[in-house]
Amino acid sequence: MNTAELVEAPYVLEEKQKEEHWTETIEPRTRLLDLRLKEVWRYRDLIAMFVRRDFIATYKQTILGPLWFFIQPLLTSITFVIIFGRVAKISTDGMPMMVFYLSGITIWNYFSQTLTATSTIFTANANIFGKVYFPRLTLPLSLIISNLVRFSIQFVLFLCVWLYYIIKGSAIQPNWAIVLTPVLLVLMGLLSLGVGMIFSSMTTKYRDLTMLLQFGIQLLMYATPVIYPLSALPQKYKLFILANPVSPIVETFRYAFLGSGNLSWGLLCYSIGITSLILFFGIITFNKVEKSFMDTV
Amino acid sequence: MSDIAIKVENLGKLYRLGEVGTGTLSQDLKRWWAINRGKEDPFAKIGEANDRTTKGASDFVWALKDVSFEVKQGEVLGIIGRNGAGKSTLLKLLSKVTAPSTGNIKVKGRIASLLEVGTGFHPDLTGRENVFLNGAILGMSRKEINSKFDEIVDFAGVERYIDTPVKRYSSGMYVRLAFAVAAFLEPEILIVDEVLAVGDAEFQRKCLGRMRDVSKNDGRTVLFVSHNMAAVQKLCNRGIFFRNGQIHLTGEIDHVISKYLESSDAIRSIYEIPKPDFTPENLGFAYCLKVEDINGNLINEIPVGKAWQIRVQFKLNKKVEHFIIALGIVNTMDVNLRTTWSKEMDLDAGEYEALFKEDQLLLAAGTYQLALGLSSYERAFQYIENVAAITISDVPDSTLDKSIVRTTGVGLILNPMDIEILNLTKSI
Repeated sequence: MNTAELVEAPYVLEEKQKEEHWTETIEPRTRLLDLRLKEVWRYRDLIAMFVRRDFIATYKQTILGPLWFFIQPLLTSITFVIIFGRVAKISTDGMPMMVFYLSGITIWNYFSQTLTATSTIFTANANIFGKVYFPRLTLPLSLIISNLVRFSIQFVLFLCVWLYYIIKGSAIQPNWAIVLTPVLLVLMGLLSLGVGMIFSSMTTKYRDLTMLLQFGIQLLMYATPVIYPLSALPQKYKLFILANPVSPIVETFRYAFLGSGNLSWGLLCYSIGITSLILFFGIITFNKVEKSFMDTV
Repeated sequence: MSDIAIKVENLGKLYRLGEVGTGTLSQDLKRWWAINRGKEDPFAKIGEANDRTTKGASDFVWALKDVSFEVKQGEVLGIIGRNGAGKSTLLKLLSKVTAPSTGNIKVKGRIASLLEVGTGFHPDLTGRENVFLNGAILGMSRKEINSKFDEIVDFAGVERYIDTPVKRYSSGMYVRLAFAVAAFLEPEILIVDEVLAVGDAEFQRKCLGRMRDVSKNDGRTVLFVSHNMAAVQKLCNRGIFFRNGQIHLTGEIDHVISKYLESSDAIRSIYEIPKPDFTPENLGFAYCLKVEDINGNLINEIPVGKAWQIRVQFKLNKKVEHFIIALGIVNTMDVNLRTTWSKEMDLDAGEYEALFKEDQLLLAAGTYQLALGLSSYERAFQYIENVAAITISDVPDSTLDKSIVRTTGVGLILNPMDIEILNLTKSI
């Protein structure tokens, strides 16, 4: 009945000798920690194209175009100044309100936007993933890069405001910790990548998580010293806020540029530890899901 | 050249039917627990062969099961089978879009798969940008695309629009550009799924030509899935016929195609006619219609040029005077092509069979609907539109008049006229 067997028979002997020449074997299960970074490197042009696509697609057919990069944090800061600064009168540690809020928002935006983008990778790109294979890791990487670019543009805006207040002679005391900025950015990027990968992998099956993430990010902002300084916190809440691995990063960033708050190596190491843990689990779930998520999405 | 490019061993893919998401967590946990203790997946073994027409006992179904075959380098393999036979699942596994449940595939060389053209095309990007994006998704480097860019644009014929966002393209231009990118990929193994079903006839021919070049001149391996038997026959030299997720037949392409066309998979050949709710004066009704070749064998797809016949069985409850049975043929554009009437006669009560033989009219390839009518004294007592469909396949029958150059797009009727060509040159 099975003619396939008959046709194959003559090759059986040949095949034994050629076993070692296969360039690739497709199998049901993979090793969980195999990132295939070599392959990702071969597809580096694709990462560049994805970054380009992100920017073009976002600002095509808008009048203000890239100006939106500035408008969003600026308007948010002004709102914060009015609501939290003037109305609620939350302390800014003696810093000028504008620069205080802007510093928090700039680095927080980087985190929340990378997280939001990476968390929908599988569901948002299901149509592409279902048709072509390319290393799936290229997408989260491209998202980190495009959000890093977005951050740098907003960072320039922050620097302008920051310089304005320094020249004006405010109580801002930038210090050596500024050299830690790249470390903070890498840490923040990896943290959002890790959480995003976990969420994107889980949402292929359980869509509830999208809902959770949407307001989860909003709530997390209040659990992070973005609109208030860590020093203004009552002792009993402090531990809770510090358990959030994003808090030390935001706090260190603000300490470096404004001199408010303080730098705690212990907390920074805690943040690094949690980030590595989350990233580790993120990679495992991502790798596990990427091979067969098309069946469940 | 006799190297094996792809080797598939005991490949299987299990799918769960019904809603995904509810109740899966507990099953996920059970499965995870079983696998971690080194046991078999507790849900995998209850799966059964994939026959979508019968309701299975379990929620799990093997879309592919125990599939093993080899493809030699430079070979063009046609994969055919009914919808849901597992062709697309196989292509998905080969192109690494999803992972197999069992077995493995060994591959020599780079694979590029075209399960769709224009994957990742973004409507807001210009044609140029999309060529680079799509090329990169398909695995080309920027340098590679740069060196072929002019050829791609030329092949697609959209030079003038290359810096316009593709959302302003006509659908034809869009598809041509998308296919052009894919056509200039240079993988060792190319996997193509029905992408040729797009674009106009001229472009389709261009694509088929390009694919033939790829396999013939460059010695690349091509796997081609299509329902277009003429295209499969032209392109491929070997074929695999899938049925219910398993390999039904492999071999020379002509043999595989003819077996496929004969099988009941292609299209139905027996039509049960539902009993009418009401028949005037309870005269009778037709209850079965069969499509057959001229020897009385059931046939699903009629090779163009082959003679065929329609057998209609009907029952008369009482004596019917001036009885006529008529058959009409309607094409997909709802154009009535012809109607044939039986000679008027008086019939006694009983069961009858009417045979409509068609051996003169050469219909062009395509699908046709049949209409059936039974009447007495020229008053119809049963009339059914779209009672059955016949498909004339564009794979020509051996008896087809050799002067017929094409069988589609050249009119509805292919019967050649008598043509005489006279030499008017005066002999010196």
